[in-house]
Amino acid sequence: MIEVKHLTKIYKTPSQEILALDDVSLQVEDGEIFGIIGLSGAGKSTLIRCINMLEKPTSGQVIINGVEITALEPHELRTARQKIGMIFQHFNLLSSRNVFDNVMFPLEIAGVPKKEAAERVMELLELVGLADKANAYPAQLSGGQKQRVGIARALANSPELLLSDEATSALDPQTTRSILGLLKDINKRFNLTILLITHDMNVIKETCDRVAVIAESRIVEVGRVIDIFSNPQTSTSRSFINTVMKRDIPEELLEQPDSAAPSERRLVSVSFIGKSAGQPLISSMIKKYDVDANILYGNIDRIKDTPFGYLTLELTGPADQIDEALLYLKSHGLEVEVINHV
Amino acid sequence: MFDAWMMDKVLLATWETIYMVAISTFLSYVFGLPLGVILVVSSDGHILENKVVNQVLGSIVNVMRSIPFIIFLILIIPLTRLIVGTYIGTVASIVPLTLAAIPFVARLVETSLKEIEWGLIEAALSMGANSWQIISKVLLPEAMPSLTLGVAITTINLVGYSAMAGIVGGGGLGTLAYYYGYQRYENAIMWVTVIILIILVQLVQMLGDSLAAKISNRRR
Repeated sequence: MIEVKHLTKIYKTPSQEILALDDVSLQVEDGEIFGIIGLSGAGKSTLIRCINMLEKPTSGQVIINGVEITALEPHELRTARQKIGMIFQHFNLLSSRNVFDNVMFPLEIAGVPKKEAAERVMELLELVGLADKANAYPAQLSGGQKQRVGIARALANSPELLLSDEATSALDPQTTRSILGLLKDINKRFNLTILLITHDMNVIKETCDRVAVIAESRIVEVGRVIDIFSNPQTSTSRSFINTVMKRDIPEELLEQPDSAAPSERRLVSVSFIGKSAGQPLISSMIKKYDVDANILYGNIDRIKDTPFGYLTLELTGPADQIDEALLYLKSHGLEVEVINHV
Repeated sequence: MFDAWMMDKVLLATWETIYMVAISTFLSYVFGLPLGVILVVSSDGHILENKVVNQVLGSIVNVMRSIPFIIFLILIIPLTRLIVGTYIGTVASIVPLTLAAIPFVARLVETSLKEIEWGLIEAALSMGANSWQIISKVLLPEAMPSLTLGVAITTINLVGYSAMAGIVGGGGLGTLAYYYGYQRYENAIMWVTVIILIILVQLVQMLGDSLAAKISNRRR
C-alpha cells in the first residue's frame, strides 16, 4: 500500500516561490490501478516524482509498504527504488544500448549475476512481445515498441509498484490502447500496483480502478472511477468527463417552452452501471407509469471492465408520475439527476 | 636544395609532431575527461550538485584558457624543467601541450555531456543507479559520438599548438619550419611543412568524423 501524507512541494526561485503541491494526501491499495488526472501544470508530474523521490518534497511523507521513502538515506533510497519501476512519456531509453541491453540496465544496477539477468531479460521481452527485437536499437523502433521496452525495463527487478508518467501521451490512440492493455494485463497477472498520471480521461476510463483529480496543486476529488463518472462532484471532474463522454445538453433543449402541454416536462440524466446497463429499465418504467420518455442523448461505454451507460431523457407526464418513475429508476441502482424542470 | 637529407629531417619532424600530439592528446584526456565530468555533475540540479567545486574548477579552467598558448608555454618553463629536466625538445613539449589542452578538453567534454537529455538520467535514478553508474553507463556512452568528435578537435588544436611549441625549441614540424624555412629562407621547407600539417589535420578530422558516424550509425 502507498500512503501519501500531507505532501507539499515548493519550488524556490530567486524571485518567487511556486507552490507545486499543496498538502496532498492519498492512499493507493495493493494491486489497484490508481490514476491521477490533471491539466499540465496542475502538479501531477511533481506528485509522481515525489513518490520515488526524484523530486524531494518540501514537507510530508511517502510510505510504501510500511517503508517511509521520504526518510531514507541515499543508499537505502537507491535500494528502495529498485523495487519501484517507472515508465516515461518519452520512454527515456538509452540510445547507446540495444533493446536487450536496455532491459538489462536495471539488472546491472541491482548487481544481478549476468546469466540470471540475461534469462530474465528474455522472459521480459517475451512478456511485452518484443523477443524478436532484442538486437534492435531504440532508434529503429516505433513509439509503441519503445514504450514496451520501457515497460520491460521497469519490470526487470520485479517491482512492488509501477509509476507511469504520461506513458501514452506521446502515442497515437491505437498504440495507446495496446499499451494500456499491456499495463492492465501486467496489473492482473502480477497483482502489480500501478500509479499513473495522465491528462487524458480515456486512460483513466480504460484502465483505472480509482482516480484522483488534481487541480491547482491540490486534489479536488478522489474516488472510484465509476462513481466519478456517474456522479462527479467538481467542475474539474465534469470537464474531464466531457472530454470522453458528451454530457452537455444543447441550450435550445433546455429552454424549449411548451406551454400548450398540460403535463410537466423534465430533463433528466440517467447513468447505468454494471449489470443494470443491460436491463430494459426505461421501457418497463414507461409501461409502469404514466410518463413518456424521449431519448435526447444516449451512450453506452465501458469503464475499465464495467459497462457504463448514460442517457439524457425528456420525461413528460403528471408530476407525481414522473417523481414515482424516477424513484423506480433509483431503486434499481441507477444514478438519476434532474437537469432541468420545464 | 630538397634532397634526401632534408627528406629525413622532414620525416623525423613529422614523426615528432605525431608523437607529441598523440601523447599530449592522450594525457589531456586522462585529466580533462574527469574534470569535464565533474564540471557537469557538480552543476546546478545535477546528480552531484556542488556549487563550490563547480565554481572553483570552472574559474581555474577559465583562467587557464584565457592565457595565450605561446605565453603559457614560456610561463610554465620552470614546471616543465621540474618534470622533464629540460624545457627543450619533443618530450619537454608534452608538458605545456598537455596542460594547455586539459581545460580545453574539460569544456569540450562538458558540452558533450550537457547535451544528454535529463530524462535519461532521471530514468537511471529511478532504477536506483548511483552517481558512478550514471556517469559510466549513461553519460559517457550516450555522449560517445560527440566525445569522439571532441577528440578530433583537440588533436587538431594540439597540432597547431605543437607548431608554436616548435618555435621555442619544442621539436617537430614547427621547429623545422622555423629554423629552415624562416631563419634560412628555405621556402620549400616551409611549404612542405604546411602541406604535411594540412594532411595531418585532414586525416585526424576524417578519422574522427568516420568514427563518430560509425558509432551513431550503429545506434540508428
